[in-house]
Amino acid sequence: MMNIQFGRRHALGLAGGIALGGLAAPTVARAQAAPIKIGLVALATGPAATLGTHLRDGFQLGMRHLDGKLGGRAAEVLLIDDELRPDAAVTKVRAALERDRVDFVVGVVFSNILAAIMRPVTDNQTFLISTNAGPSPFAGRGCNPFFFATSYVNDQNHAVMGKAAQDAGYGRVMLLAPNYQAGRDAVAGFKSEYKGTVVDEMFTPLTQMDFSAELARIAAARPDAVFTFMPGGLGVAIVRQYRQAGLASIPFLSAFTVDEASLPAQGEAALDFQTGTSWTPTLPNEQNARFVRDFEGAYNYVPASYAAHAYDAAMLLGSAVTKIGGNLADKAALRAAIKAADFRSVRGNFAFGANHFPVQDFWLAKVARRPDGKFQTEHVRKVYDNVTDPFAAQCRMPAA
Amino acid sequence: MRAMGRELPALLLLGGLAAAPFIGFGEGYMLTLLARMMILAMAAVSLSFIVAGAGLVSLGHAAMLGFGAYAVVILDDLQVVDALFVLPAAILAAAGFALLTGAVAIRTSGVNFIMITLAFGQMAFFTASSLSGYGGDDGYTLYARTEVNGARLLDDRLVFHFVCLGALVFTWLLCRMLLASRFGRVLRAVRGNPMRAQALGFSPYPYRLTAYVIAGALGGAAGFLFANATEFVAPAYISWQRSGELLFMVILGGLSGLHGALLGAIGFVLLEEWLSHQWEHWRILFGVLLILAVLFLPGGLSGIPAQVGRMLRRD
Amino acid sequence: MSLTLLLVQGLNGLQLGILLFLIAAGLTLVFGVMDFINLAHGVQYMVGAYLAAFLAAQTGSFWAALALALPAALVVGLVLEFLVFRHLYDRDHMAQVLATFGVILILNDGIKALFGSAPLQVPMPEALTGGFPIMDGLLYPHYRLAIIAGGLATAALLWWLVERTKAGMLIRAGATNAPMVAALGIDIRRLFMVVFGFGAMLAGFAGVMAAPILSVEPGMGDNLLILAFVVIVIGGIGSVRGAFIAALLVGTVETLGRSMMPDLMRLFLDPSAARQVGAALASMLIYIAMAAILAFRPAGLFPVRAA
Repeated sequence: MMNIQFGRRHALGLAGGIALGGLAAPTVARAQAAPIKIGLVALATGPAATLGTHLRDGFQLGMRHLDGKLGGRAAEVLLIDDELRPDAAVTKVRAALERDRVDFVVGVVFSNILAAIMRPVTDNQTFLISTNAGPSPFAGRGCNPFFFATSYVNDQNHAVMGKAAQDAGYGRVMLLAPNYQAGRDAVAGFKSEYKGTVVDEMFTPLTQMDFSAELARIAAARPDAVFTFMPGGLGVAIVRQYRQAGLASIPFLSAFTVDEASLPAQGEAALDFQTGTSWTPTLPNEQNARFVRDFEGAYNYVPASYAAHAYDAAMLLGSAVTKIGGNLADKAALRAAIKAADFRSVRGNFAFGANHFPVQDFWLAKVARRPDGKFQTEHVRKVYDNVTDPFAAQCRMPAA
Repeated sequence: MRAMGRELPALLLLGGLAAAPFIGFGEGYMLTLLARMMILAMAAVSLSFIVAGAGLVSLGHAAMLGFGAYAVVILDDLQVVDALFVLPAAILAAAGFALLTGAVAIRTSGVNFIMITLAFGQMAFFTASSLSGYGGDDGYTLYARTEVNGARLLDDRLVFHFVCLGALVFTWLLCRMLLASRFGRVLRAVRGNPMRAQALGFSPYPYRLTAYVIAGALGGAAGFLFANATEFVAPAYISWQRSGELLFMVILGGLSGLHGALLGAIGFVLLEEWLSHQWEHWRILFGVLLILAVLFLPGGLSGIPAQVGRMLRRD
Repeated sequence: MSLTLLLVQGLNGLQLGILLFLIAAGLTLVFGVMDFINLAHGVQYMVGAYLAAFLAAQTGSFWAALALALPAALVVGLVLEFLVFRHLYDRDHMAQVLATFGVILILNDGIKALFGSAPLQVPMPEALTGGFPIMDGLLYPHYRLAIIAGGLATAALLWWLVERTKAGMLIRAGATNAPMVAALGIDIRRLFMVVFGFGAMLAGFAGVMAAPILSVEPGMGDNLLILAFVVIVIGGIGSVRGAFIAALLVGTVETLGRSMMPDLMRLFLDPSAARQVGAALASMLIYIAMAAILAFRPAGLFPVRAA
C-alpha cells in the first residue's frame, strides 16, 4: 500500500557491515540508479506528536502522488523521530547523514529542533527543507545556502493577526501566550502590525493547562479582542475554557491554536474563532482540492497546515530533481532548481525569496463545521498578498 | 587481586571505548553517539559518587550540566571561546550553584532531599527558559566549538572522542580515589549512620557539602563537553526528565560501585538507541525491560557477574 | 486588583488545590504506609481521563462514564499492584523509582498506541454546562463548582475513613510504624493492596473530573506528578491532613502568583521586563516555597513519623 520504506536499520548494526563504510566513501561511487534517500524528521513522541503525524502523512501523500519517484529515480523516506530532545535529534540526524547518506533532510515541527540540526546538516552540504519551523534568525542574518523553508517565518502568522485586528478596528487587545521563546515571538509578531492599545500581555508556564486565572483577568479588563498563541493541547484547553467562561462574545484571535490538528478535540467550542494562516483546506485551487480529497481518503482525518506544507515540500523536491535530471552531485544546480520552486503549491501563490523563505499570501480564517460534521478552518479574506517576510532584508546569502 | 577483579568491567568498558574508533565504530555518527554516551556516563559517574558514596540522591543533577553548558553559551556570546577560560568558568559556575543550593539541600534527607534538589533544578530550568538573549526555550547554537589555546582541536571528531574519554577516565579515577580516601570513608560512615558519625566527632555536613560540590563541578565539566558535542544548548538539557534519566542510569547500573554508573549510562543509551529503531512504541519495551531489570537483577547491571557466579555455585 | 477578581482567583486556586489533593492523597498514603515511592501515580490520573474519554464516547453520558471509570481505575491500580508493585515493597527506594518509571513509559506509550497522540475531548455533563456570572462579563462554570464540591466531599470521606474506621486506624498505624502493625497479626499485604487500589481510584477520579475542562493527552500526568510530590513533601509524608492543606496552599500560591506576580514586578522593573521576570518567577514560586519550607522544617509541615 505504501511505496515508502521506513529506516529501521539498527543503530549499531551491531558491529556489522558499517565497519566497511568508513568516513571517506567517495560520493562518486553512488550509482545514478541508487534510490534517493530523504530523512523525514517527524516528531512521534509526547503530546505534540500529532503535529508530527500531520507532517509525515502530508509528505508521504506527496511522495505517493509522485509515484514514489523524484526525477525518475526511486525515492526512499527514512523516518526520524526527534523526540523533541535537541541532543537526541542531533545524534539521529547525524546518523542519517553519515550512515544512511540521505540526500535531503526534510520536516521538523519545532524551532529548537531545527536550530539544533541546522549546523550538522548544512555543514554536511546537504539540503535541509523545513516544512514547519521557521525561526526568524534563519530568515535573517543566519540564512543559509543549504536551507529552505516551505512554511513561513514563525512570526508571520502572528503579524497577520496583528494586521487583521488593526483592519477590524479593535482599539484594545489583550495578549496571551505561553512563556517560552515561540510565545514571546508571537506577542512581538502581533505587536509589529497592531497599532492599537495592548491592554496587557500575559505569559503562562508552558505546562499550565488551566487558564481560569488569566480568563478572570480578561473578563476584568474587557478588551475589544483577545489574541493568543496556544499550540497543541494548550489550545484545546484554552478554547474550551474560554467558551465555558462565557467570554466568546469577545473575539478570539489566534495563530496555531485552532487548526485541524486540534479541532477534533475542540469541536464546537472553537466555532467562529479566528486564526491567521498561510493555508486552509478551502483555498480554491485545483492542487489543493486534490490534496485535501486524497489526504482524507488515505488517512481519514482533515489535514492541517503542517500536512499541507510537507506535501508542498515533496512536490518541490519532485520538481527540482526532475529539473536537473536526477543528478544530485551538482549542488549549485540543485540549489537553483529548488529556488525556482517550479511546482504548483496547494497555497496558489508560492515563490522563494532571497532568503529561501516563501513569498506567499496570508489569510484570515475562521473555524466552521462542514456538512459531514467535521470541523475545519475556512479562509475569510486575504490579509497579505504575495508578501516577503520582514527578515529577508537582513539576509546576505553566503556563497556556498 | 580482588580489587582488580572488581574493576575489571570498568576497565574493559573504558578500553572498549578507547578502541572503538579503530574497530568499526569510527564513522562520524558513531563517534557522535559515543561522545554523547561518554558525556552522560561522566555525569552519571559524578552523580553515582554522591548517591552511592554519600547517600545524596539528587534529582537535580542535570542543572549542573546546564550551568556548565550555559557558561559555554554566555562566553561564546561574548566571543570568549578558549578552553583555558571556558572550561574553568563552566566548572566554577556549576560548583558555585552546587555550593549555594547544597548548603540548603543537605540539611534535609531522604525523599525531601530528592525533592529539594528537584526544586533547585526546576528553578535553573525556568531561569534558562527565560533567557531570551540566548534563545530562551529555542536554545542557542554555538558559533563554533571551543578552541584550545587558539587551536581548533575539538573540531576533529577523533580528538573530541579521546577528550571525552579522557574526561570520563579522569572523573572515574578522581571519584574512585576520593571514595577510597579517608574523606570517602567518612562519607560512607555518615550515609550508614549519621548519628554514629556525629557521636565519633564528625559533623557530617561539611563532608557531604564538599562531596556535593565536587559532583557539581564534574557535572559542569560534563556540561562543557555536552555543549561542544552538540554545538547547541537548550533548557531541555536541564529538565527534570534529564535529571531523572541520569538517576535511572545510576540505578540501572547498580549502586555497588562507580563502574555501575558507567555500565548503566552506556547500557541506557545503547538500549534506547537500539530499541527506538525496532518499533514505533518502543518505550513500552523499554519500560518492560526496566521493570524486569529491577525485579531480576537486584544488583543492577554491574551485579550480573556476581549473580551468575552465585547461580553457578548453587548448581 | 479588585476584590471580586481576588475572590475569583481564590476560587480558581481552590479548584486547582482540590485536584492536586485528589492525586496527592493516594500518593502520600502509599508513600507513608508502605514506604513506597510510586512515580507511576501520575499516569493513573491520565488513565482516569482516558477512561472517561473512552467511556463517554461509548455510552454518550458523562455520568455513566464517571460511574464506570472509577471501578475501572481501581482495577487498573490493582492489576499494576499485582503485576509489579507488590514485588517491590521489600526493595529500596531506588529500585522502586526505576521500576515505576518503567510503568510510566509503558502506560504513556500504551495509551498512545491505543488512542493516538492527538488530544481527546470529554463533553461536559449536560446539567452542568452553564455558569453563573461571578463578575461582570465572566461566567464561573457550574462544572468547576462541582469539582470543588466533589473534591471537598471526597476529602471529608477520606478524613472519616482514616480517622474513624478500623481500616483507617490500621493505615495510620502503618504510616507510623509498619513492622509493628504486621507483628500484631494484621495482614499487611492486604492492607497495602487496599490502600493502593484506593489511591489509584482517587487519582483516576481526579483525571475524570479534569477531563472536560483540560485536554486529554498522553503524558498529561507527568507534570502533575511533580506537583503532587511537592504537595506531599510540603505537607509531610503520610499525612492526609498535611496533603490537604499543602494542596490548597500550592493551588493558591500557583494561581495568585501567576495572576499577581507580573503586577508586583512592575513596581521594580519596566513593563516588558516585569512581565517576563514575573512569569518566570511565578513558575518557580511553588518550588521556592517548597525549598523554603524544607529549609526550615526538613520533614514538612505535618511530620507523621518521628524522624
